[in-house]
Amino acid sequence: MKVLAAVKRVIDYNVKIRVKPDHSDVDLTNVKMAMNPFCEIAVEEAVRLKERGVATEVVAVTVGPKAAQEQLRTALALGADRAIHVETDERIESLGAAKALAKLVEEEQPGLVILGKQAIDTDNNQTGQMLAALTGLPQGTFASEVVVEGGKLKVTREIDGGLQTIELSLPAIVTTDLRLNEPRYAKLPDIMKAKKKPMDVKTPADLGVEVASKVKLLKVEPPAERQGGVKVGSVDELVDKLKNEAKVIS
Amino acid sequence: MSILVLAEHHDGALAGATAHVVAAAQQIGGDIDVLVAGENVAAIAESAAKLDGVSKVRVADNAAYAHLLAEPTAALIAELAGDYSHVLAVASTTGKNVLPRVAALKDVAQISEIIAVESADTFKRPIYAGNAIATVQSEDAPKVITVRTTGFDAVAEGGSAAIEAVDLSFTKGADNAQSTFIKEELAQSDRPELGAAKVVISGGRGMGNGENFKLLDGIADKLGAAIGASRAAVDAGFVPNDMQVGQTGKIVAPDLYIAVGISGAIQHLAGMKDSKVIVAINKDEEAPIFQVADYGLVADLFEAIPELEQQL
Repeated sequence: MKVLAAVKRVIDYNVKIRVKPDHSDVDLTNVKMAMNPFCEIAVEEAVRLKERGVATEVVAVTVGPKAAQEQLRTALALGADRAIHVETDERIESLGAAKALAKLVEEEQPGLVILGKQAIDTDNNQTGQMLAALTGLPQGTFASEVVVEGGKLKVTREIDGGLQTIELSLPAIVTTDLRLNEPRYAKLPDIMKAKKKPMDVKTPADLGVEVASKVKLLKVEPPAERQGGVKVGSVDELVDKLKNEAKVIS
Repeated sequence: MSILVLAEHHDGALAGATAHVVAAAQQIGGDIDVLVAGENVAAIAESAAKLDGVSKVRVADNAAYAHLLAEPTAALIAELAGDYSHVLAVASTTGKNVLPRVAALKDVAQISEIIAVESADTFKRPIYAGNAIATVQSEDAPKVITVRTTGFDAVAEGGSAAIEAVDLSFTKGADNAQSTFIKEELAQSDRPELGAAKVVISGGRGMGNGENFKLLDGIADKLGAAIGASRAAVDAGFVPNDMQVGQTGKIVAPDLYIAVGISGAIQHLAGMKDSKVIVAINKDEEAPIFQVADYGLVADLFEAIPELEQQL
């Protein structure tokens, strides 16, 4: 079966972000960008399914600005066979992305779509679930294990109290949690080869979808700074401070 | 305006988190109905009816909603959502799983993990692992929202709302051929729940191994604390992943958070930096955790922890 893996271009997770002085948004100028970590896990899982003979083809997809082709090339270097870029400069949130992806699902008819559980910029954790709703397919969110057997998909999910295992009919939508796998690194020869793999560029208009976010972003502020604390010299002093100054223990 | 709140429940009991979402609903204003969906949920509905500010409890008691699988549960909420201006749920793994599916079925955006209500259509939510706070305005109807419980104080229990069954004639009952529940493996613990504990003590990579996490037990017992962990400790296999505090784990805001052997990566701070008092015990005095800690102790945890336990 064909597997679609969705990726997103985001600020690298190690970067300490800055809010723009006019509080309109986060400052993205000259900031290191990368593939969202959860998307790396999604691509890795798709490639492993291919290596196990479950998937026949892996298609990497993204919705975003022209520069997001870098992340698609990364996915190709990691083992995806081809890529589809839905190019737009609009500010996109989950619903718009899900609508574009739903059209690609209609066109490509994959047996499985794998996305990350959340993007580390918007922290929404919505797109996979919305895609499942729009395509009418079942969803296996926050997956830490995915097994295809007997035409069904067994998904182990990370839930608040532990783990839950569900079985889904195929085709299905899966979103990845951190512990699904350990993504590999792209090797130089693979990065070179990825340059020759096919990349299809479309616009939201080609797909007949509206992707711009309808939710207005009024303001972005830095969070309240915590007051710098003190270093204590001993456990005695620590216990004394907690009892008598902070009064959090008795 | 009227608001539908999805009740959070585990093991046949209403989860405390629900009372925080009702508090957020009160700030929005309007009638508040609580939806209790599941199988054999009469007792949960009784508890929900006691929450202050609730007008009505609507009960969808059917085998189809056992374990609140996303497909049937989202279809149910989408069916009811037309009567409401807002649909709210806890930003728990249940709320995060079901609500975006509801939003897309209604063709509206979702606003995730609000921490403040500015007005009935404007909300604050953290982005970039809590390193920026976005104020967003939505004209959608209904507005579909998940609530970060640490942003709102729970409502008290003094109410006595009416309880009524939801007419499920729109569904063919357990007509859910797409997903099947197989099993659950829940961590057994006598300690308070991480998200609701007044005191949390967490261990990181510095604990060295899973065995050493037992060092935290004594302090947790004395303080009635929940035990958490950093992603590094979970990834290293020291403890199960439901103990993870951080951007992609649980968000906690206890009165006292004790971070032991945790360096304080951006992603971990996202999960605990709203705690009232933060204590860091780490042998590396350059560790970023000391920048947010109210009280920092530069020491070897293997000496400091037993000593601390003794002194409490």
